[in-house]
Amino acid sequence: MVQTTITVTVDGTSYTDQVEPRMLLVQYLRETLGKTGTLIGCDTSNCGACTVHLDGVSVKSCTMFAVQADGHEVTTIEGIAGADGLHPMQTAFHENHALQCGFCTPGMIMASIDLLRENPNPDEQMIRDGLEGNLCRCTGYQNIVKAVRSAAETEAAKVELGATIPVGQPS
Amino acid sequence: MSTLSKRPVNPVVGASEPHESAVGHVTGRALYTDDISTVRRDALVAWPVQSTQAHALITALRTDRALAVPGVVRVLTADDVPGHNDAGIWGDEPLFPTEVMYYGHAICWVLGESTEAARLGAAAVEVEYETLPSVITVSEAIAAGSFQGTPRVSRRGDIDAALSQAAHVFSGEIETSGQEHFYLETHASLAYYDEGDQLYVQCSTQNPSEAQAVVAHVLGLPRNAITVQSLRMGGGFGGKETQPHGLAAVAALGATLTGRPVRLRLNRTQDITITGKRPGFQMTWTAGFNDDGLLVGLKASMTADGGWCLDLMQAVLSRALCHFDNAYWIPAVEVHGRIVKTHKTSQTAFRGFGGPQGVLLIEDVFGKAAPALGIDPAELRRRNFYAPGQATPYGQVVKDAERMPKIWSKLLESCAFERRQNEIAAFNDSHAHVKRGLAITPIKFGISFNASFFNQAGALVLVYQDGSVLINHGGTEMGQGLHTKMIQVAATALGVPRSAVRLAPTRTDKVPNTSATAASTGADLNGAAVKNACDQIRERMAVVASGLLGVNPADVRFSDGAVTGLGAAEQLSFAEVATAAYLQRVQLSAAGYYRTEGLHWDQESWTGSPFSYFAFGAAATEVEVDGFTGAYRTRRVDIVHDVGDSLSPMIDVGQIEGGYVQGAGWLTLEDLRWDTSNGPTRGRLLTQSASTYKIPSFSEMPEEFNVTLFDEAHEEGSIYGSKAVGEPPLMLALSVREALRQAVGGFGPAGHPVTLASPATPEAVFWAVDEARAATQAATTQSAMTPGTTTQGTSTAAAVTTDSEQPPSLTPERSSILANP
Repeated sequence: MVQTTITVTVDGTSYTDQVEPRMLLVQYLRETLGKTGTLIGCDTSNCGACTVHLDGVSVKSCTMFAVQADGHEVTTIEGIAGADGLHPMQTAFHENHALQCGFCTPGMIMASIDLLRENPNPDEQMIRDGLEGNLCRCTGYQNIVKAVRSAAETEAAKVELGATIPVGQPS
Repeated sequence: MSTLSKRPVNPVVGASEPHESAVGHVTGRALYTDDISTVRRDALVAWPVQSTQAHALITALRTDRALAVPGVVRVLTADDVPGHNDAGIWGDEPLFPTEVMYYGHAICWVLGESTEAARLGAAAVEVEYETLPSVITVSEAIAAGSFQGTPRVSRRGDIDAALSQAAHVFSGEIETSGQEHFYLETHASLAYYDEGDQLYVQCSTQNPSEAQAVVAHVLGLPRNAITVQSLRMGGGFGGKETQPHGLAAVAALGATLTGRPVRLRLNRTQDITITGKRPGFQMTWTAGFNDDGLLVGLKASMTADGGWCLDLMQAVLSRALCHFDNAYWIPAVEVHGRIVKTHKTSQTAFRGFGGPQGVLLIEDVFGKAAPALGIDPAELRRRNFYAPGQATPYGQVVKDAERMPKIWSKLLESCAFERRQNEIAAFNDSHAHVKRGLAITPIKFGISFNASFFNQAGALVLVYQDGSVLINHGGTEMGQGLHTKMIQVAATALGVPRSAVRLAPTRTDKVPNTSATAASTGADLNGAAVKNACDQIRERMAVVASGLLGVNPADVRFSDGAVTGLGAAEQLSFAEVATAAYLQRVQLSAAGYYRTEGLHWDQESWTGSPFSYFAFGAAATEVEVDGFTGAYRTRRVDIVHDVGDSLSPMIDVGQIEGGYVQGAGWLTLEDLRWDTSNGPTRGRLLTQSASTYKIPSFSEMPEEFNVTLFDEAHEEGSIYGSKAVGEPPLMLALSVREALRQAVGGFGPAGHPVTLASPATPEAVFWAVDEARAATQAATTQSAMTPGTTTQGTSTAAAVTTDSEQPPSLTPERSSILANP
């Protein structure tokens, strides 16, 4: 089969691999790199479980080919925690019980981080609109909205204290 | 207070703890079955060949072209099965069928070096069919006499006398759709022979013991040759109670024949088209009321769509026949239940397990009868609640019946029901094209497996010399928080902090012969077993500590990692006592066991006490319906729910919220549609992906959602006074259906009984609004023609509908509301 060479930075590490042109990015992440934190829920880009960041912007990794990530920077759920602990959005999901089975959680967190990048202080309705592309079958979404609000508030408090790291950048 | 329900000082249960795997989930480190599979680089991938006929004999199955596809290693067929070619519990589910029974039925499985190779191989398998007649809908099955299982009847009193003497008699028909589980993680298994030459199967299953049994049956091996582990599931909801096991057997068979690991993960379309669902029910009812609005009798029939094999349908029907009473005293009852056989996927367990269909039936009765009786629906429901001492139609006294009216009053008050009802009436008067509705519905749900023998559980608890604790139990984790609760139970029973307890994955070689984690019983059964094991160890450690502290063993206390004696000045750590116990050669591990006491059930007479207790709750939902489109939104939901003394409040509230939303999905959005045409794809599921099968998303969230746990809720017969929480809240969503009914009623004349299809999709609501408006028009026309006729009288007549008024694409609920002559 035809193979193409791609070089992708994933969670801060550069990888060069031979891939089939039609290999999906999510397959590359899971099967080639072993980044199994990124999950496949629906196969059809409806559920968002596979959401990752491409150059800091959220994409559903089952909607793009690995070759499309060539030369780009991919951040997965496994790459957002800093050396000093969890990303604020991870902490917020953890503390607000914004998860049950956890299968939607990585994608939900990645989409939420991107939501706050675009709008650091969304109200409940904006959060609902912004995460519409991610499905959860367990929680009824209440605690997910709470978690995103709480992360936004935490970040706002940090900015007031003079911290400069905006949410959405891999720390 | 019983030993089982009494909490010690400083219990770890009752605290709002984050989910046991929360850190793993937010970091992506929590593994699911197919994540584990990716590590096995030498694994073969299994891919199914699916039937393209609803019902047919396979006249030829040629695999040679598949075997020629590069990377295809083997095609598994019936000839390969060393044991029994059956994946079910009743012997009616051939794993490799010679007669396909539904469109999408897996015929054989291709093993490839890669997913791509297996997929191409499956496409190259040639299947020839001899088409047989098929039945797809319940109506077709009834007409064809296509039934399975044993019909059952729930009877009490003289129903015919009750109905003939009733002041008001109403009747109706309703057909409710099925529901796809849509757990985010599709079915997955990984099988290989481990270093001890044991067949090891990691399976996303709610019932590892049954997975083990099915694999053993298919391979002709004793069960001790097979270990099944269920690390965690990405959602189960009943869909992984029986359905994973044939798939696990395919992987195990592949591993046995090739000597290599075999991984199997269904993609979403395969998952929806191959595996079972919540069954749709067709129900008819006739109900009698007296002038006070009290139910005097209910005669009904429930026909469940059983799909191609019996699966769990007999038990699902049992639960439906034990829940049509919901929270209401019905003196005379005759309800018939039967199961049809259709050429569809298996119909199986799904959160509520027949309960929701039973509850839907009686709530439909109240929803229809209230306007005709001229009694407010909330008041009508309240009047009919069980009084203490009254028994269900199957003869079990409703324990804690007084909780229902308490919960009801509390909810009416906390949600400002009366004030909002008035506001809604004013809003509806001033809005011709938008109407609101506010409905409150109760739930009473029996806890325990209907079949008594399932109500047992085991656990294994190990205490190490450093005082750390490892627990294992027979329940599985699907997101519901069972493992978190079990850690809290163990920490409470041993008197150690939560951080001292770790939980090991659920495996058949740790705790054998387990029941499915199902029927909401996971925490009740396994919690009691974990506590039993911990109690044994703690009692032994108390003897050791008593010697060290110089007190009587009965005066030793374990709390928060410290061991003290009444009146003793010295304090020991749990670890010190553990070490001392080891040195004194005192056993620091124990197997725990529990069986629920006092259960019995006679399925012939349909009487007994199948449930340990009942869980109660109530929900009030307000909706707004757009008259032009039928689109609606949920403005507010308030819930008061009885979880006993909660083991883990944050987790319980999460279960209630999620259960409600999943129930609302079933009742308002999720529309399984099957090809009922006579075309070449007859029997094909038309809604086979997330793009066509609509589960609740952020946009359907209630705008305001308030959940309160009922206090004064101690449950004597259960672990630390708690109650089960998994299934009951799903049925609280009946309030959204009834709110929609009331909002639609706003478009009709006063007293107009609204017929609402299920699911009440915007499309279905539109047609109900259309009918209500037609009734208004008819009432206006008729009262213009015959002055003096009451609106109520004409609207009742206008409510009689015929099939021809409904669009053919709907599953119309036909109804006639007839005053008793």
